[in-house]
Amino acid sequence: MARIVGIDLGTTNSLVAYMADGHPRVIPGRHERTMVPSVVAMTDNGLIVGDPAKEHLTRSPERTVYSVKRFMGKSLGDVQGELAYFPYHMTEQGGVIRIKLGEKTYSPPQISAMILKELKQRAEAHLGESITKAVITVPAYFNDSQRQATKDAGLIAGLDVLRIINEPTAASLAYGLQEKTQGTIAVYDLGGGTFDISILKLKDGIFEVLATNGDTHLGGDDFDRRIADVLVKEIREQHGLELNAYPDHMQAARLEAEQTKIRLSDEQKTRAILDLPEGKGRYSKDLTRDQLESLTMDLVERTLGPCRLALKDAGFTANDVDEVVLVGGSTRMPLVRRQVQALFGKQPHCELNPDEVVALGAAVQADILSGGSTDLLLLDVTPLSLGIETMGGVMSSLIRRNTTIPASAKEMFTTYVDGQTGVDIHILQGERELVKDNRSLARFRLKVPPLPAGVPRIEVTFLIDANGILNVSARDVRTGDTQSLAVKPSYGLSDDEVERMIGESYKFAADDLKARQLIEARTEAEAILMATDKALKQGAHLVGEEDLSSIRTVIAAVQAVKSGEDHKAIRAKMADLETATHHLAEVLMDSSLKEALENKKLSELTSEK
Amino acid sequence: MDHHTPSTASPRELRMARSMCWHCQSEVAGEYFCDRCVKVQPVSKELDYFTCLGFPRRLMIDQQKLEAKFYELSRAFHPDFYQNKSADEQTISLTNAALLNTAYRTLRDPIERAEYLLDLEAGSVKEIRNSPPADLFEEILELQDTLNEFRSADRTSETASTLRMRLQSEQGRLEQRQRDMEATLQQLFVQWDRLQDRGEATAEARTERGRILKHMRENLSNRTYVKNIVSDLVSTIE
Repeated sequence: MARIVGIDLGTTNSLVAYMADGHPRVIPGRHERTMVPSVVAMTDNGLIVGDPAKEHLTRSPERTVYSVKRFMGKSLGDVQGELAYFPYHMTEQGGVIRIKLGEKTYSPPQISAMILKELKQRAEAHLGESITKAVITVPAYFNDSQRQATKDAGLIAGLDVLRIINEPTAASLAYGLQEKTQGTIAVYDLGGGTFDISILKLKDGIFEVLATNGDTHLGGDDFDRRIADVLVKEIREQHGLELNAYPDHMQAARLEAEQTKIRLSDEQKTRAILDLPEGKGRYSKDLTRDQLESLTMDLVERTLGPCRLALKDAGFTANDVDEVVLVGGSTRMPLVRRQVQALFGKQPHCELNPDEVVALGAAVQADILSGGSTDLLLLDVTPLSLGIETMGGVMSSLIRRNTTIPASAKEMFTTYVDGQTGVDIHILQGERELVKDNRSLARFRLKVPPLPAGVPRIEVTFLIDANGILNVSARDVRTGDTQSLAVKPSYGLSDDEVERMIGESYKFAADDLKARQLIEARTEAEAILMATDKALKQGAHLVGEEDLSSIRTVIAAVQAVKSGEDHKAIRAKMADLETATHHLAEVLMDSSLKEALENKKLSELTSEK
Repeated sequence: MDHHTPSTASPRELRMARSMCWHCQSEVAGEYFCDRCVKVQPVSKELDYFTCLGFPRRLMIDQQKLEAKFYELSRAFHPDFYQNKSADEQTISLTNAALLNTAYRTLRDPIERAEYLLDLEAGSVKEIRNSPPADLFEEILELQDTLNEFRSADRTSETASTLRMRLQSEQGRLEQRQRDMEATLQQLFVQWDRLQDRGEATAEARTERGRILKHMRENLSNRTYVKNIVSDLVSTIE
């Protein structure tokens, strides 16, 4: 079977991992960096993703998308409260958010697909084979629409998504494999945009999730905003400047807030520095860890309620938990660690890198699916109750939250009027009594043969598969006929739309590839220029003037094409430079510098900046 | 919306529907896999949860054994292990795993287990109508009044704190009552199992069977009623 990779599609960063010799490994990119920033920028040369896109956050904020995961499976109305924090523009179409980038609009699954493609290419380059199958992780508390949106993103990226798995559960797989733990564990996962808590029982290779809870709109982003809000307010008071009017400066403030937060995990105090707009100089602000903690205490406290609920649903007290595992970059904050320790009364584990552990677990699950590991099995649950609308706008629950998946429920429907030919069914997810307080998942119309009232018997099966995604089927009990259902998602793309986006993604692929090749060629050209410069400093005296002048000519040529748009021209001049420096490299090798050079690998040479 | 009360496939008629492998048409002798072509076999929809998990129709269940069996069958049916198999096998695995999960969830919980057994044995509707224990009728009426009084009282007033105290002691009494009922239920479990173990077909045995089932139904109905009152109480005074 073809290789299956594991992907952590994160709010802030994304990673791809695979299994090698019984161990999960994260695939690094350039400079051994394992994380791909979940950022997509529209440049004049097309769309770019990851580290190079991150540079555009402050350069062209309106055309650079970050934290798109917050918008997966959401309508514009759902996120009204935070729109002001994002410099890019959003509209809505058919219950799905659209992000405006230049002339076009993109749905969140399309943006996510660009990140997935980047990871796919990274894996293909590293493994030297085509990658078409993946396991993708989602927050455990993601509802059906959000899971479906993630699956759509995979499809658009040209990936067969074999399984959607929950992030905390994935992390537990990575830990379980490493530590061979048995007993009850709590996984506390605070990421860039989402929070999850899962309580699991580990026994003889079975990872049984007992309960899960969380908040899909609470994460590191919210902590950054608290700091950024302080900076913006002070700049307004001290300098009379409204930073909101300068999207690039707002982005800089957000990024500086993030860095400040990160520094305060190691240091007791730090200084945030921002360039003011309109050349009005610099603003700086000293912040202590205590100040950060009082600014964000309520956010950390918001995670404790779901922890208690999950414990209660699992039928446990905090004392019954044997181990607590921390996942997600935000758990590096000392305040978070203290609060978690206080709640569970034990020192939490953080041996595995909290940024990588989810991707590692996804690779383990990928290995299980490909038949590699047969001793491990994950039994996960559905995080939210599933039901249908009944008379009076009340939700009737069919599958309760924390039910082990796959899970199914059957419901019999009939008619109240003679000759009635259809029954409307409204599917919901949530824990509240009333329909209006729960999440609408989908609606469909059940076809009924025209018969006297009460005679038709249509059995509808609601099945939540191992991905936590709902499948609905219907059967006429009298005739035994099954009926295909056209289920319209309330907040998602229809199958046709996904198909169209897959088609479009191929069309964009050519442009994207061009942009990507250009960036790669430029980066490599810079590296080779730097290496040449270094070699010249060391060995210019060892070669003749003729050699030197031809090298200098080609260097100038490389520099000239480097800022151009043609990656082929850059590559051609780079090849010229290599030829021109051939003799220089040879004499350098022969010289007394030989040893020193030999000890340095080319990669080190080129990565020094 | 037109919506009918739920109806689970009647588990009363225990029917071993499959005897032939869907794939190679040979006789299936093994539990869930064909001996000849090793294909997974669909668990019959009519199979009751006890049989599905390989347990006799008894009410006292060893939780450890139940869990071990659940894990064993999960390893046999879970879709994770069918990724490389045919679409037919994947569908069977998904349906079997969903059924297994329902069976385990039902049998794991003593109350759900007893309700399910009643459903199997006495053919009652799944939902047992909740009614208050006869001797508590007056007390509960009074309690409802107190609750209403408390709801309309100013939370900070002295009246409210007196009412709260009264409600709290009532809560304690009802919780004790619930525990007593659960202890009685436990005794009924033992009685039921003993009767089944004896396996007599006498008239006395039939009468005894009827008595236990009737008592069990009353007990469950009263217990659910009291439990609902307690949770109502807790949510009001919290």
